[in-house]
Amino acid sequence: MSVDLSSLKRRKWGETLRQDNWWIGPLVVFLVLSSFVVYATWAAFQNENYVYGNYLSPFYSPLLFNGGDEGVPGDGHQHSWFGDEPGWWILPFFSPALLILPFPAGFRMTCYYYRGAYYKAFWADPPACSVGEPRKNYLGEHSLPLILQNIHRYFLYFAIIFLFILAYDAYCGFFFDTDGYGKFTNFGVGVGTFVLCMNVFLLSGYTLGCHSLRNLIGGWMNVFSKTPVRTKCYDCVSCLNRHHMTWAWCSLLWVAFTDVYVRLCSMGIWTDFNFTFS
Amino acid sequence: MTQVNFKIWRGDKESGEFKEYQTEVTEGMVVLDAIHQVQAESANDLACRWNCKAGKCGSCSAEINGMPKLMCMTRLNDMNLDEPISVEPMRAFPIIKDLVSDVSWNYRVKEKIKPFKPRKPDNPDGSWNIQQQDVDRVQEFRKCIECFLCQDVCHVLRDHEKHEEFIGPRYFVYNAALEMHPLDVEDRLPDLKKSQGIGYCNITKCCTKVCPEHITITDNAIIPLKERVVDEFYDPLTKLFRIFKPKK
Repeated sequence: MSVDLSSLKRRKWGETLRQDNWWIGPLVVFLVLSSFVVYATWAAFQNENYVYGNYLSPFYSPLLFNGGDEGVPGDGHQHSWFGDEPGWWILPFFSPALLILPFPAGFRMTCYYYRGAYYKAFWADPPACSVGEPRKNYLGEHSLPLILQNIHRYFLYFAIIFLFILAYDAYCGFFFDTDGYGKFTNFGVGVGTFVLCMNVFLLSGYTLGCHSLRNLIGGWMNVFSKTPVRTKCYDCVSCLNRHHMTWAWCSLLWVAFTDVYVRLCSMGIWTDFNFTFS
Repeated sequence: MTQVNFKIWRGDKESGEFKEYQTEVTEGMVVLDAIHQVQAESANDLACRWNCKAGKCGSCSAEINGMPKLMCMTRLNDMNLDEPISVEPMRAFPIIKDLVSDVSWNYRVKEKIKPFKPRKPDNPDGSWNIQQQDVDRVQEFRKCIECFLCQDVCHVLRDHEKHEEFIGPRYFVYNAALEMHPLDVEDRLPDLKKSQGIGYCNITKCCTKVCPEHITITDNAIIPLKERVVDEFYDPLTKLFRIFKPKK
């Protein structure tokens, strides 16, 4: 079923008859995503200032092993699951973020929304709708390497587990150590508590609106009327999915801001305003 | 009354170029009106396909200022009339003459898609019981008017010319309407994966943007089909959990 398009001259890279500012969207995606990747990588390698009292940066959560020295600012021994840096770690540098960040990074990398966005912004495939491309060859997600994007649902499973962990971190954000004995038992609310809760809210909106979850929760079915509970769940996921792009960007920016907030409080640059009830 | 410049593509399957025309436009005119006016005033041999002039027949598809649109639904007062307005045929299909493209490839593709195959009737009189809730999802796909703007904007067809390996968004919507139908028992997933090349779609969502019927092509048709292909061919865990899935 071949089609002869020889009478139409193929457009060059960036060539188009569009009169609008089509390049703004991909440029913004390129700048924001690049900035996020650079900041997240820098933050992950810092291995300090990721804890401020009862607040733990989401870039380091779950804190499987504590990377900082006890007593120094940003020491996270009270959040650590398995103690200090493991003996089996062979690399010359250690950061607990390196153990866990591949999972949320993989979830976003393979997300259907981000795929469409970064194929345009980083690979110009296409640069924008109806705009000429730099390459003639094209494999799409039909074969390696991009066929591996189909692993998305496995990253989703991890992302759901992370939501519970981050929700627990936000819960811990309500308990302060006002006595200075290292026991976080005084119930209260701080700006950081709000920041951590908002982070969980936005990440939940993003994760629970995932296209893969939409399929797994009910999209694979053809008959909905016989399973009302499942159908309700499907409708809820579909509702979130309609604004998946908005959730994706808000959660991405807020998770970075949460790390910035905890980091600057830990460094003593910002002060966390809070009050306790006991 | 405003004098507006149009750059209209003139040519055939051998060659062609943009030619400039000027015509007066009045309030309420759409691009198709202007094309007809140019045809009447200064280019009697200008070929353009049209029919309903109401955005329902899908005949007058073209690229207006570089974006695939229906000429009859593109109002001139929404455009910058100080600049020349370009009108060219759809670039994903061969040109017959001027603004008329040969879209017959689409019909050949459609013939190869497995047709609707209902389960055995529920009732002795040969009828089926069906709930509105179960057909709500596929009714969105039935709105398609086959204007082929989605096919035109899809870079897999227009830029990479994968017409032999990829059926395009319109036929993923068609597949979705059949595959998600509560009565249908046919299995189209092997075809979608192999001969119809759903893996070539890289989710640009351009098809959704240009659809004049506002069908959410990417999110509601293509990605759910991609996920079903993953269920069937790439995900051992889901297959394991669905051992007890009721047969269609």
